[in-house]
Amino acid sequence: MPQVTLAVNGTSHTVEVEARTLLVEVLREKLRLTGTHVGCDTSQCGACVVHLDGDSVKACTILAIQAEGTQITTIEGLAAADGTLHPMQEAFREYHALQCGFCTPGMVMSAIDLVQKHPQGLSEQEIREGLEGNICRCTGYHNIVKAIAAAADVMQGRAGQLASAAE
Amino acid sequence: MYDFTYHKPASVADAVAILAADPDAKPISGGMTLLPALKHRLNRPSALVDLSGIAELRGIRQDGGALVIGAMVKHYEVATDSQVMAAIPALARMASTIGDTQVRNRGTIGGSLANNDPAADYPAAALALRATLITDRRRISADDFFLGMFTTALEPDELLVAVSFPVPQKAGYAKLRNPASRYAMAGVFVAQGPQGVGVGVNGAGPCAFRQAEMEAALSAAWSVESVAAVKQSPDELNSDIHGSAEYRANLVTVMAKRAVADAG
Repeated sequence: MPQVTLAVNGTSHTVEVEARTLLVEVLREKLRLTGTHVGCDTSQCGACVVHLDGDSVKACTILAIQAEGTQITTIEGLAAADGTLHPMQEAFREYHALQCGFCTPGMVMSAIDLVQKHPQGLSEQEIREGLEGNICRCTGYHNIVKAIAAAADVMQGRAGQLASAAE
Repeated sequence: MYDFTYHKPASVADAVAILAADPDAKPISGGMTLLPALKHRLNRPSALVDLSGIAELRGIRQDGGALVIGAMVKHYEVATDSQVMAAIPALARMASTIGDTQVRNRGTIGGSLANNDPAADYPAAALALRATLITDRRRISADDFFLGMFTTALEPDELLVAVSFPVPQKAGYAKLRNPASRYAMAGVFVAQGPQGVGVGVNGAGPCAFRQAEMEAALSAAWSVESVAAVKQSPDELNSDIHGSAEYRANLVTVMAKRAVADAG
């Protein structure tokens, strides 16, 4: 059985896989990083989004063996060691950008890639289009869009901290 | 998914040698179509030959009056590359509408062209721009490359290395997406290039094709009105739960008008 060495959230793991083993299966079943969810398993819902070298990808549509040699970041790798949330996580909490929470890890990972690829900032339309690969069946997306806009301001230095969402 | 042997060659020559030695081996680029197909057990390759480790398949360069894009260049790169945006902005805009962000971060131009999905965007652009498909052993004009649904002129062990697009004076693209799948119901790429006017249609038929009457009309007068007067025949167009052949035929004219407007 092939062995792969995967760098996940800054830690190197060597695991045995089959060639056909998906990245999301290794993350969840071998490394027990169950924050990465499997929603549809058909590349559509985005619940399994992780970062490969900073790019958001659907972990259900990449073989684990293909991810060898890349830096993988999952939802578990975002918060600081002392538990301080990433600004995107904090914004999702502050703006109540979730209800059941199933899509949230993928939403957060996609949102961070989206913000990082738009250093000049994002319009509401760009945020909505940027979430095309992530499906949420609870929220109607409005609070997710608000959270991403607020987090973008923090991540890109236009705001020192999140403005109050209580309005 | 059935299991398979995995190879990751470092050169085109090594990849071709593996494919030549094993007729049931298949190359994989971004895998955005192949992996979902394998999950459904629609295909059972004995081996996958991962092309992501081959440096000679990457990169975007200008070559005379053409823009040459490596087969393993991702949709996201085409959409955001400064050379593409300067030379053929319509191609960059088109690439920015393929799939979703996560597909564009993995999927490649070579994979899309070699797969030849009827609804894929790049085949229409390749036809309209009179692209040349460069393989490990020959150069194939776009007109000779796309043979039918999911079928191209590539031999089983032949690899697409790059695609060369003559830089046009102007080009534009428009498509109507299925609201659920987001695949093109019909798309039209128009270009006024060094070899004349090209009009490529995707999504509407079983294989992308050139619309000769629209090309003649735009050659006579480049305007929205020119293509508006051309009616696409529904014969041999796709008809399914998403739309009839007649609906798609009408869409071809509507998308052609929008594509000409997009080209300016």
